[in-house]
Amino acid sequence: MKKTDVIIIGGGPAGIEAAYDLARNDVQVFLFEKEDELFGHMNIAATLFPNFQDASEIRSLLLQKTKHNNIKIFKNTGVAKVHKDDKDWHVQTEKGEEYTAKAVLLASGFKTFDAKYKEELGYGIYKGVITSVEFEEMYKEGKILTPYEKKPQRIAFLNCVGSRDEKVGNHYCSRVCCINAVKLSIEAKKLLPDVEAYCFYMDIRMSGQFYEELYRKSQEDYNVNYIRGRISEVSPTIDNRLQIKCEDTLSQTPLKMSVDLLVLMIGIEASEGTSMIAKQVGINGEYSFAKSLSLHSADNKTKNEGFFLAGTCKRPLTMPETMADARAAALEIGYYLKGVPE
Amino acid sequence: MKDLGFSISKSRTIDLDKADLSVYQKIIDKVPSAKLCLMCGACTATCSARNHTDFNFRKIHLLFRRGQFDGLADELDKCMLCGKCRLVCNRGVNTRAIVYNMRIILDNLNYKRIK
Repeated sequence: MKKTDVIIIGGGPAGIEAAYDLARNDVQVFLFEKEDELFGHMNIAATLFPNFQDASEIRSLLLQKTKHNNIKIFKNTGVAKVHKDDKDWHVQTEKGEEYTAKAVLLASGFKTFDAKYKEELGYGIYKGVITSVEFEEMYKEGKILTPYEKKPQRIAFLNCVGSRDEKVGNHYCSRVCCINAVKLSIEAKKLLPDVEAYCFYMDIRMSGQFYEELYRKSQEDYNVNYIRGRISEVSPTIDNRLQIKCEDTLSQTPLKMSVDLLVLMIGIEASEGTSMIAKQVGINGEYSFAKSLSLHSADNKTKNEGFFLAGTCKRPLTMPETMADARAAALEIGYYLKGVPE
Repeated sequence: MKDLGFSISKSRTIDLDKADLSVYQKIIDKVPSAKLCLMCGACTATCSARNHTDFNFRKIHLLFRRGQFDGLADELDKCMLCGKCRLVCNRGVNTRAIVYNMRIILDNLNYKRIK
């Protein structure tokens, strides 16, 4: 069977959530995932902000949803080409198979910024410089160690790596990293109560329910320190630590300190799949993200009839936003399949 | 050695490796709400002393937090402890108590007044 109602590209939270809502409405769904595992970036997370919910709970809930009879999952199935004839959408996989559907939902998500581009921060040069993804993986394993297998005494988190940065061509804010930095600093303190945690920021952006409270909690209950200033230089010390330099902009004084770990809060960029497919169907927007028909009134539709968008293929989103967006997309596709007029 | 009139100027950089951060912990012990300060500057904006002097509570609090005590004893003398700053603080920080305790701690540390 190579014909179905809806093809969903991307088996992350957005793709699965939309697939399930469609399936519950008797829509036949094919879901393509390029990796051999579902859930996309949700696989990295140990806990989710702002309530520290165990991410494995979310993964098993999502897994349950994929078991619906109307959903057929294709793992290890990257999409090579998407085009439309006068009636149907055709999706060609990297293996060369072609599938046909009445509608396509792009849920191909994001990729994280490659911190090597910010050479002055020393990622890939000095061992103690790691990304937020690597830090979360360490926390998931239950041990946060220096590259020399020691207990860290001081950890610094640096926000806006690959975001709000003209030098790397990303003018936008990735929106989740501030909240994630607060979450990671609390995780660090939970695992290592004696560690000193420092967050370096340009602005702390905590918009969203319970995020500001999380920020407050990090100060009140976990003694996380915040320094307004961007680290612009990292160098190794003689005792295998890292010296970081920034301006403490609130006291208008240069500041330096040594740390065991420098965690770079890497931003969100359009994934390769997102930018490639968006380009193919002519909806490539700013910074290679996919462009919806109207930000305010038709955010799941595109200028192509029958081609829909959900989740972070459009822009950086938090988890709750992604899930809500996926459900909205499923509703929109439902209307389209039934031919409900505007 | 002959004095040639040159000297090495003191570093203007805050070195957190050398700063004594345990002093600020004493403030936190006395005034736990100190941890919540966001450095927004509402206190400084409403300050009565600020109207006539260059007293800046926000900045003094921050330098104290970073373990930079030079000159702070003089600065703190400018505060009249009126407590207006406490009324405007959106995080409920007991700013007045912070000034009071910073004075006591600096006195105990024998931080000399310059003037």
